[in-house]
Amino acid sequence: MSFWTQTIEIARIDLRVERRLGDTLRIVLPFAVVALLVFPLALGIELAVISRIGPAVFWALGILFGMQVALRQSVTDSQERRDLHALAGVDPAARFVGRIISGGVLMMVFLLVLFLAMVLLYGPALPEGSWSTMLISSALFSVGLAELGTLAGEVTTGLRNRTALASLIVAPLALPLVIGASQSLEALSRGTGILTWVLLMAVTDLTLAVVGVGLARPLEEATR
Amino acid sequence: MDLVQLSKVGVSLGGKPVLRDIDFVLKPGQIMGISGLNGSGKTTLLRILSTLLRIREGSGVVLDANIDSNDVFIVRPLIGMIGHKPALIGELTLHENLLHVARLTGVEEKKVGAVLAVVGLDEASDRRADASSFGMQRRIEVAHLLLTRPRLLLLDEATSGLDSSARDLIAALTERVVGDGGGVVTVSHDQARLAESCDNTMSLTEGRLELVS
Repeated sequence: MSFWTQTIEIARIDLRVERRLGDTLRIVLPFAVVALLVFPLALGIELAVISRIGPAVFWALGILFGMQVALRQSVTDSQERRDLHALAGVDPAARFVGRIISGGVLMMVFLLVLFLAMVLLYGPALPEGSWSTMLISSALFSVGLAELGTLAGEVTTGLRNRTALASLIVAPLALPLVIGASQSLEALSRGTGILTWVLLMAVTDLTLAVVGVGLARPLEEATR
Repeated sequence: MDLVQLSKVGVSLGGKPVLRDIDFVLKPGQIMGISGLNGSGKTTLLRILSTLLRIREGSGVVLDANIDSNDVFIVRPLIGMIGHKPALIGELTLHENLLHVARLTGVEEKKVGAVLAVVGLDEASDRRADASSFGMQRRIEVAHLLLTRPRLLLLDEATSGLDSSARDLIAALTERVVGDGGGVVTVSHDQARLAESCDNTMSLTEGRLELVS
């Protein structure tokens, strides 16, 4: 079977499993919205401050809860499922790309709903072009975090403290994504260009994609 | 040409030797039984034969692919395995599990309904795999292998815990693989049952393989 047929099938099944389990939309997302609600309580009800910190809180929660979305596969993945795919002749690179697609889609939905909640709860003064900037930033952030989550899941396969270790790998490596995403909205507010920050995220995504596809086969073999 | 040839194969897991100096040959049309106590290395041997576990010592060829090379990626779709735990995606229905395999392997999707009927699960096909009994999950694995027609079939205690009709299905699958010119390796701790159903049997003791009959 062709690379893309396998990739799309892996992504499709991953999304179907997620729809049935509901980890992202029924568990992670409500908790993230509750965290949005709780955050201002620590600062007191000072509307000007709350309005100003809204986007920063959004990205902080985006990375914290987004890691749960990105790493959900490492919880559901099993040796039997990996064997099933290996003996069906699935290219490990197709598996990697398929998981990035499904993880990226979920992350994007998660971030968009969280952003809407932030706008409603914090009422930030968003400059013109914020929505399109937010869409671009979210897309690049989602792909990058999905890549990191998939890579970390593969590296930690078979380890006892897999989920905790995977989080420790993802958090520091996601730094360029968090900086790029948060600074693009900031740059828009300051009236400076967002290109630098978009490029930072795009280069990070591309690097992770090349590394992930290149390492998919040796990683899968090494972690059996 | 032999389907499988292992020479002086050794494997250690977690620093502990599990298999030593394994010599093993499987010819087309042959059913080989391997018996051994729990923990004797039967499953590890099957994982080597499936190419899913790389060896540290010795050499081997499975379906013309050197098991230490990337050629294994080409032959893996020709290998079918029924392991201890059913290899299914629990959140999918039985029908969806088979469709998933068909799509990944390029088998015509219309064949899925037919094999579901063969294994007697056409009326339960909408049941989720994780809500199905062990016997049903095993039947779906048999259906999967009927769809993909492997040349090398590996059975790891595949009939334990199954009723007679499910055991008959696995016997029929074995016959079909052998009839197609393939080979079967079946492992069990029940040496008497292996002697009845296999052409030859071997015994695995403390990581070493010896011919019994």
